Amino acid sequence: MDEKDRILLQVLEENARIPLHEIAAMAQLSESEVEERIRELEKKKIIRKFTTVIDWERAGDGEVSAIIDLKVTPERDYGYDRIAERIARFRQVKSLRLMSGVYDLQLHVSAKNMHEIARFVSEQIAPIDHIRETATHIIMKTYKENGNLFYEREEGERLPLTF
Amino acid sequence: MRDFVSSRARDIPPSGIRKFFDLLLSMEDVITLGVGEPDFNTPWTVSEAGIYAIEQGHTSYTSNKGLLLLRQLISRDIGKRFGVDYDPEGEILVTSGVSEGLDIALRAIIDPGDEVLVAQPCYVAYAPCATLAGGVSVPVPCDERHHFRLQPDILMERITNKSKALVMNFPNNPTGAVMQKSHLKEIGDIVIDHDLLLISDEVYSALTYEGSHTAIASLEGLRERTITLNGFSKAYSMTGWRVGYLCAPPSLCEAALKIHQYVMLCAPIMAQMAAIEALRNGEEDKNRMVREYLLRRNLFVEGLNRIGLPCHTPEGAFYAFPSVEKTGLDDITFAERLLAEQHVAVVPGSVFGGAGAGYLRCAYAVSREHLIEALKRMEAFIHGL
Ligand SMILES: Cc1ncc(COP(=O)(O)O)c(C=O)c1O
Repeated sequence: MDEKDRILLQVLEENARIPLHEIAAMAQLSESEVEERIRELEKKKIIRKFTTVIDWERAGDGEVSAIIDLKVTPERDYGYDRIAERIARFRQVKSLRLMSGVYDLQLHVSAKNMHEIARFVSEQIAPIDHIRETATHIIMKTYKENGNLFYEREEGERLPLTF
Repeated sequence: MRDFVSSRARDIPPSGIRKFFDLLLSMEDVITLGVGEPDFNTPWTVSEAGIYAIEQGHTSYTSNKGLLLLRQLISRDIGKRFGVDYDPEGEILVTSGVSEGLDIALRAIIDPGDEVLVAQPCYVAYAPCATLAGGVSVPVPCDERHHFRLQPDILMERITNKSKALVMNFPNNPTGAVMQKSHLKEIGDIVIDHDLLLISDEVYSALTYEGSHTAIASLEGLRERTITLNGFSKAYSMTGWRVGYLCAPPSLCEAALKIHQYVMLCAPIMAQMAAIEALRNGEEDKNRMVREYLLRRNLFVEGLNRIGLPCHTPEGAFYAFPSVEKTGLDDITFAERLLAEQHVAVVPGSVFGGAGAGYLRCAYAVSREHLIEALKRMEAFIHGL
């Protein structure tokens, strides 16, 4: 990883569909050098995936999302890993993290409706061995996601010409 | 009734872009590369500190020199970044932007008839401020062959026995030129030899893309004859807050302070408190913005050269300064027609002094999407010539 790689990653993270020649100009590389570097970054799994940030709410297909905190008794030899890897396989789990603090695992879960979330938690998650406690928090509104603001803002007006 | 306007005020030339401004306001979908300020919002942590200051009832005057804590942080910041040592008690003055700093610096040193050498192309305020202070401004042209850096031999030619001071600004508005240490040394030697004072406007110092900024006051023998102006407008995207600072040896700082206390009293307290936050916690935001300017510069300058507007690589600030010579148009005609025909606003280089004729100032402090669209339109314009 050098400075040029960092430029590539930054601009791709903002816009995965940015034209090659623009990246090349910004990083002061040739287009083939950029392609080569991107391939390399993918191979190293630094670039995991090219994806799209979607406001499903706005698309009219909004799902219900919840943060679910779990208290987990770690397993001998495995710690939290085995349980976490098991939970991570559920389609409904969008992200899963081990946290410091009162709870251990934190899940971000999406489903069609409240009912499905309730069923998912009570039927799939809570009964798993070693899970001692769950706390479900429904997400009411998203203001910012992955660094992108989800609300409209009045921009300050700059004068169109100044010295 | 008499005409009450003073001859001094009357003699200040009118703004070179009034006409553009009016035309621009009457048009829609204009992409403007004519704005000399950052397009980022002030980092939120900084704005928040300003809001908090007001909430806490910090709405009074401060000491004329500015809040002591701010002066201490400025002293530490420039000490760390430039290796210059200024005493917060007697050598740093908080001003209402570099604009005020420039005015009081010139008034503090100019006697009637003194000549002020001004490296051009340059920010439009220098010559009028020198005139208002009673001085006579003498342009010293910087040309593209020398990457728009001030050349020792050209400076020498302009020095007379009336020369009192040299005003310069690197990284430069409008050219983006930067003077490295070795270049500054050559100029410094002349300044010392001719017993001149130096006013160095370093407001773009944070926006230096190749290597690091050299403060001219850090060179041997120059600190005692330099007034350095700097501020928060460009580095922290704080143009509307009106806060900057002046650094100078005690006698000069004291002279500037005397004028400052009568014309400004102090810089706004909430802006000073926001500036404190900028120096304490704004570094990362600053670096993020500088990095974005660098990407835009690379993108835009490559584009200019590709579409047939040759442009030297600006090493600092956020301006590209391409030549229009090959198009057969002069800079004013080019800018007027580009606006009228393709709705892209740029500033003709001659606005920044004769040395800027034949060039355009394009501020790339706009989003990359706008830069790309502007390039498309400029290409179409050149194609249609
Ligand atoms: C070279 C230069 N000096 C000074 C200023 C004004 O700075 P401030 O906002 O600190 O008054 C500008 C603003 O465009 C500038 O370009």
